[in-house]
Amino acid sequence: MSGRVAGLLLSLLCAIVLASPPVPAQVVRDAAPLEFRDRAEEIRFHDLVAELRCVMCQNQSLADSNAQIAHDLRREVFDLMRAGKSDAEIRDFLVERYGEFVLYRPRFGGHTWLLWLAPALLVLAGGLVIARILRVRSRQPMAADEDQEW
Amino acid sequence: MTTPAPSPAPAPRRGKATAAVIAVVFVALVGLLFYGVLVSDRADREALPSPLIGKPAPEFSLPVLHEAGRLVSSRELHGQPYLLNVWGSWCPGCRIEHPVIARFAETKRLRVIGYNWKDEHADALRWLEQFGNPYWLVLVDYDGRKAIDWGIYGAPETFLVDADGIVRWKHVGPVDDAVIANELGPVLDAIGVPR
Repeated sequence: MSGRVAGLLLSLLCAIVLASPPVPAQVVRDAAPLEFRDRAEEIRFHDLVAELRCVMCQNQSLADSNAQIAHDLRREVFDLMRAGKSDAEIRDFLVERYGEFVLYRPRFGGHTWLLWLAPALLVLAGGLVIARILRVRSRQPMAADEDQEW
Repeated sequence: MTTPAPSPAPAPRRGKATAAVIAVVFVALVGLLFYGVLVSDRADREALPSPLIGKPAPEFSLPVLHEAGRLVSSRELHGQPYLLNVWGSWCPGCRIEHPVIARFAETKRLRVIGYNWKDEHADALRWLEQFGNPYWLVLVDYDGRKAIDWGIYGAPETFLVDADGIVRWKHVGPVDDAVIANELGPVLDAIGVPR
């Protein structure tokens, strides 16, 4: 029963979402869904487009976006897959044209090392600060704290 | 803290050093945030830098809007620089920049080529008839496949390709007089396009 209600709500939600596409700048042409050969190909496609960023609507993945360019790029990714390209080759194809920005997981390299290492460096710096504070405190006689009201 | 506790000798110096570090970090953070605010004011803050700059323009062979059956290839366009302006009749930004592009084209400094992207043929022709056709040539990319090679993701976009077919400059969003004067002009001077 609740399943049927949920299904109904879901289809209602879908209808609302489909009825109000976000600012369709262009004529949606060739909106036919991609036809996958098998489940494995479909999973591979979805994994790939989920980690590619839509270049127009920059906070959505290619998988999520309803923008025309995202549709075009999904089709391109699909065609490249059919042409026998590997995931790495498809990513390279898009990076060559749209830049590193299209990757939600940018590659480790000359201009992204800081991005990748920053969290570790920050944790390290924080650890050093804490270690320093603890060392200083342990050296101070406990009596020094007695006057403090907190 | 009613009576100041007798602290070990190096403590004040260390306290000063700590305060200095905190001050530096604080000022750096404020600077970063202030920079972020300044940058957020730029109209093109979301424009992606094109990886094609300094690289050969993609090869293409595309139909011409005004001549059914004629294809123009990228190689035919080499030898002289050209400005490639991506537009569509569906694109509001293109209408905004249209007078600017038209004025620039009138200077005849270099060829201005239109790139009609994902547009209906009749709509494109009507748009040019209504607002004027500033283009030396209009190429048609009906399904948007070739646009992916250019890294095009939203009209209007404008590319500068030099005489050797190398992409020299790209602008995302409507071109205005300031962009032409401050960005395109210097690049044209640098690659030796006579005024």
